[in-house]
Amino acid sequence: MKRAGIPTEEFIYSGHTACPGCGAMLVARYLLKVLGKNTIMNIPACCFAAIPGTFPDTCLGIPLLYNAFETTAATASGIEAALKIKGKKEKITVVGFAGDGGTADIGIQALSGAIERGHEIMYVCYDNEAYMNTGMQTSSLTPMGATTTTNPVGKHGGGWRIRNKKNMMEIVAAHNIPYAATVNPSYPMDFIKKIEKAKSIKGPSYIHAYSVCPTGWRYQPELGLEIGRLATETGIFPLYEFENGTYTINYKKKTKQVIEYYKLQGRFRHLPEDFVKEVQTVIDKEWQRLQDKEECSHRQKL
Amino acid sequence: MVKKIMTGDIAAAWGARLSRAEVIAAYPITPQTIIVEKLAQFVSDGELKAEYLHVESEHSAMAACIAASQTGARTFTATSSQGLVLMHELLHWASGARTPVVMANVNRALAPPWNVWVEHTDMMSQRDTGWIQFYAESNQEVLDTIIMSYKLCEDKEIQLPAMIGLDAFYLSHTSEIVDIPDQDSVDKFLPQYDPMYPLDIENPLSIGSLSMPHQWYSEFRYKIQEAMERVIPKLNQIEEEFYKEFGRKYTGPLELYNTDDAEVVLIVSGAAAGTVKETVDIFRKKGIKVGLIRLRMFRPFPSEELNKALSKALFVGVIDRSFSFGHEGAIFSELKASLYGVKHSPPIKNFILGIGGRDITTDTISRVYNNCFNCLKNNKIDNPVEWIDIRV
Repeated sequence: MKRAGIPTEEFIYSGHTACPGCGAMLVARYLLKVLGKNTIMNIPACCFAAIPGTFPDTCLGIPLLYNAFETTAATASGIEAALKIKGKKEKITVVGFAGDGGTADIGIQALSGAIERGHEIMYVCYDNEAYMNTGMQTSSLTPMGATTTTNPVGKHGGGWRIRNKKNMMEIVAAHNIPYAATVNPSYPMDFIKKIEKAKSIKGPSYIHAYSVCPTGWRYQPELGLEIGRLATETGIFPLYEFENGTYTINYKKKTKQVIEYYKLQGRFRHLPEDFVKEVQTVIDKEWQRLQDKEECSHRQKL
Repeated sequence: MVKKIMTGDIAAAWGARLSRAEVIAAYPITPQTIIVEKLAQFVSDGELKAEYLHVESEHSAMAACIAASQTGARTFTATSSQGLVLMHELLHWASGARTPVVMANVNRALAPPWNVWVEHTDMMSQRDTGWIQFYAESNQEVLDTIIMSYKLCEDKEIQLPAMIGLDAFYLSHTSEIVDIPDQDSVDKFLPQYDPMYPLDIENPLSIGSLSMPHQWYSEFRYKIQEAMERVIPKLNQIEEEFYKEFGRKYTGPLELYNTDDAEVVLIVSGAAAGTVKETVDIFRKKGIKVGLIRLRMFRPFPSEELNKALSKALFVGVIDRSFSFGHEGAIFSELKASLYGVKHSPPIKNFILGIGGRDITTDTISRVYNNCFNCLKNNKIDNPVEWIDIRV
């Protein structure tokens, strides 16, 4: 009997330059284990542009193309189109792998275009919630309450990020994308199942990957997986899929409070209790909306 | 070979079709739109087997072309003015990645104020992007140069992108008779693109990775210049082959018109060269020794060829249909630099005209020639950079 599990083959070798405990590295590692050898990956300016090594060294066992910051989805489109005309697309997965800034800010136009055109590409956003490669500047995916180097806490308090993250899943869902899912490396089996599904989609797919960052979020690297679990257990990073118009929540237990997640990370340490309560309200509301969407979309299906 | 009456835009589309472009990523902009419309029609009609990407911006058009080229496909796009300057970042990327992307650019002025008519500032301001730059005079030249550009750019010794400029409306929307070469002959002249380092799952390379100051970045840049230095000799060779196959002769980066015994030589690029040639004929009939050098190529800049062609001229006027604010016309700057240190180099004056599509007539050019003769007679240039027909 074949035991379900994590593929043993590795496509990221030793010698990379990621920080200890890097979430993006774990995301990329699981991703490539599932996608396998017949994969072409492209990445913009982001942490991962610096991680695989300097020319001519690389730690990756698949072809990798570096692209300009805002062009991940357009670049993946070009690779896919060329493979198609050359009759090679059938057996190759094209995956764009970008950070939160490269996806939700500077790259969002190209992403929208590529999804709308229906390219058979997978787009993975590894979301470490700020411009980490340049030293933790705020992106539109930086969460409520976080301090960053461009949302510094002021001498007299305040200054941190007031607004909550942009909802990328809703943005791609609005394009009627065939498949979108959130993944979290703290839940590897769920992660792997979703990448397998995305790989099988005839059309664009979008994966929003939770990606811890000990350096920027300021916690001890060994806490990464625990923090990841808390993100999902608090409902801050719910695990769900959007497939042909239907929402499915994959982890339904929202058992923990926001404060338990926030108190472990230096980037939230400045927050007054009142503000954390405000965050709790926002998260509860978002969680309810997601449940409503799930219920509503399944009802529509019937 | 079939002769047809067509606009420059249609000729550009035919150039891409005959070259069998495989990935076309396009975004509409006046007055380029007809190029991408015609290509879309070719694809819809099954006359061109290509992936046609309706990208959401010129920036993505160039990104997709670069990536498709790096995957091994022959790529084409077309743009103009604002579209070209939006691509600017990726123009650097295309040459840095050594991709032989070929692009038609309908030369058009930049806003504000809005203006869709001819000017060369759009392409001149891409001078340092590492692209080979051609400026066409006729629709035939547009078509032929696109085919030759693929051969030039894809050569293993070159591996650089090229843009072919055609003047807004004067070429893009003006019909001329154009010879359409046979597909078989083009196929013979231009074999399939054979990339050196494509993205390949059997040979997984990381392409474009980081290079530190002490590593290879300088060498990568140096190699682009080495390739640039090979462009003109390679072009001459390709034009010779083209002549043998198609019977049309091109003369490298310059076209010389009555320069041999000319006292005053004007330098111009683009479609206005036709008007200058007409003016040269009028002057010649009166026995006045004038000539013209048409600059077909701005990058690489043909310094040696220009110096040689100007060795006997008594006075040189440079017409720039563009301007580098705070300085002077771009061709003028480049030519002056080329002539620096050359013994007995002629006096040289810059004329800025035809900005934003303002008409250049034989009357305009006659005044430019007379202006040069006056400077020559008085042995004095009062205004080295003169804007012609400016109402201020």
